[in-house]
Amino acid sequence: MYAQMVDTGVKSLKHRSEMSADEQAFMARIDNESKIEPQDWMPDAYRKTLVRQISQHAHSEIIGMQPEGNWLTRAPTIKRKLQLAAKIQDECGHGQYLYSAAETLGVGRDQLLDQLHTGKAKYSSIFNYPTLNWADMGAVGWLVDGAAIVNQVVLQRTSYGPYSRAMIRICKEESFHQRQGYEILLTMMQKGTPAQKDMVQDAINRFWWPSLMMFGPNDDASTNSAQSLAWKIKRKSNDELRQMFIDQTVPQLEVLGCTAPDPDLQWNPETGHYDFGEIDWSEFFNVIKGNGPCNKQRLEKKVKAHENGTWVRDAAQAYATKQQAGAATKKEAS
Amino acid sequence: MTQLLTSINNDHDALNTYILRMADNGLILGQRLCEWCANAPVLEEETALMNTSLDLFGQARNWLNYAVDRDQRLQDCDAIAMLRDERSYLNLLICEQDNGHFADTMARHYLFDVWHRLTLEELCHSHDETIAAIAAKSVLEVRYHEQRSRNWVLRLGDGTQLSHERMQTAINNIWPYVAEMFDQDQLEMELMAQGIAADQTIIAKQWHDLVAQTLIEATLKTPPESYNQMGGKQGLHTESLGIMLAEMQSLYRAHPGATW
Ligand SMILES: [Fe+2]
Ligand SMILES: [Fe+2]
Repeated sequence: MYAQMVDTGVKSLKHRSEMSADEQAFMARIDNESKIEPQDWMPDAYRKTLVRQISQHAHSEIIGMQPEGNWLTRAPTIKRKLQLAAKIQDECGHGQYLYSAAETLGVGRDQLLDQLHTGKAKYSSIFNYPTLNWADMGAVGWLVDGAAIVNQVVLQRTSYGPYSRAMIRICKEESFHQRQGYEILLTMMQKGTPAQKDMVQDAINRFWWPSLMMFGPNDDASTNSAQSLAWKIKRKSNDELRQMFIDQTVPQLEVLGCTAPDPDLQWNPETGHYDFGEIDWSEFFNVIKGNGPCNKQRLEKKVKAHENGTWVRDAAQAYATKQQAGAATKKEAS
Repeated sequence: MTQLLTSINNDHDALNTYILRMADNGLILGQRLCEWCANAPVLEEETALMNTSLDLFGQARNWLNYAVDRDQRLQDCDAIAMLRDERSYLNLLICEQDNGHFADTMARHYLFDVWHRLTLEELCHSHDETIAAIAAKSVLEVRYHEQRSRNWVLRLGDGTQLSHERMQTAINNIWPYVAEMFDQDQLEMELMAQGIAADQTIIAKQWHDLVAQTLIEATLKTPPESYNQMGGKQGLHTESLGIMLAEMQSLYRAHPGATW
């Protein structure tokens, strides 16, 4: 999931009797599964939570271009380069689309980007891990886009209309990315040299746990998660989503002929789910705090691109203003 | 395979040499645009640059497939792209020039795009049916590239004082690589006589008219004629190309015989 630990600004859930008439009507609509639209009344905290979640999601799409861009110039074949370039282009499009969804809540893209650049806004922890071999392009597609889909399929039913519609559109492309990523790995495992097979296992070893962390911390003691669920911004809890992801991914792992770096991973016939080992939450919170392997580089690169582009954006603006003025003068003259 | 390619590197028939020149323009400029990934000034440009790169690689693949069809020794398009050294690459020098800043990239792009579009329009009437078909497909994409890069020449040329200066410098710096686009060697003259290759004398005139108009509109000056750099089409390149190829080919070359 591209939005982790989204702060709702709420310390405890309100009881219906504590709500204003507006809030009660709002909650009634949520309960009826009718979508909230931009012009509708909504509690301030709901609006703020949505802006945080949607922008975090958008930032993740944009920062996520970097680990994949790292291999774009070195893609091993023309076909793989075309696929990767198309995927990166899609991710950038997702970012743009999500910024537009956030704009319907009254916050502009520039403002949101500014929060990203100044380190105030977060993006998914997963993109702070380095991509170190070509199989990472497969592992990212399969595991990272895979984990994102599990979350986003559910978010298609999220209560805010524009966000829900963005998810429907984005999900189609994400599933394509996931299949493509898996196919990269499958090709290397089935037709590859021993060195290529080692790359695949190495990529899975490095991306397995960080992918599970994408769903965020455990459910217990998460007020934010509970509030988001009540508002139906979130539709399933972190742990439920993580379990769904593991259950669908392990059989695919077996088809690859690879293993997960988790000795406790095994099928539990009683629960009908896979059991898995304890996630290293200290690593997760460290990455969230900015101490992951690539936090600094990712943000620096983004900021540098933005700063290097200032004169270009200024020029485009100046040109547009001149054109408008020119058109106005022509109109007056005629 | 490497040896095989080296031995036929300079042994293409005239038509395949011409096809490879077209292919290499796409490969090399496409690769340059990949380098912009996550560095663009705005998100819309991020997607546009990536899209243009995609188009160029797609076109290159079509040209390469045709070259392989005609000469089985070439085996497949990845081997041709990944195993040739810079002396065997036949792209125009303008395509391999460094990205520089955004004005450098867009100046290079626009001057090449106009040539590319005009050349492809000519090639739509080539007596070689496959060339005509590839050109017809490519030209639709390249018209759009030209529109976009022309827009940036206008915006930066007639934007702010700073962008104006940067665009003028960019145009001046890339100008020595313009003449090569119209320079026809013996090989091209012969293919042109057969109705296969594009006639660059006609294209040169149209190109100069179009570019002059754009530069005036962008409040920029056409650089004075000075010296011209030639040789790309014959495999004599600038130093930029070798480093770029080293990066592009590194993974493929590190795993001979691997399937990706
Ligand atoms: Fe995405
Ligand atoms: Fe994706």
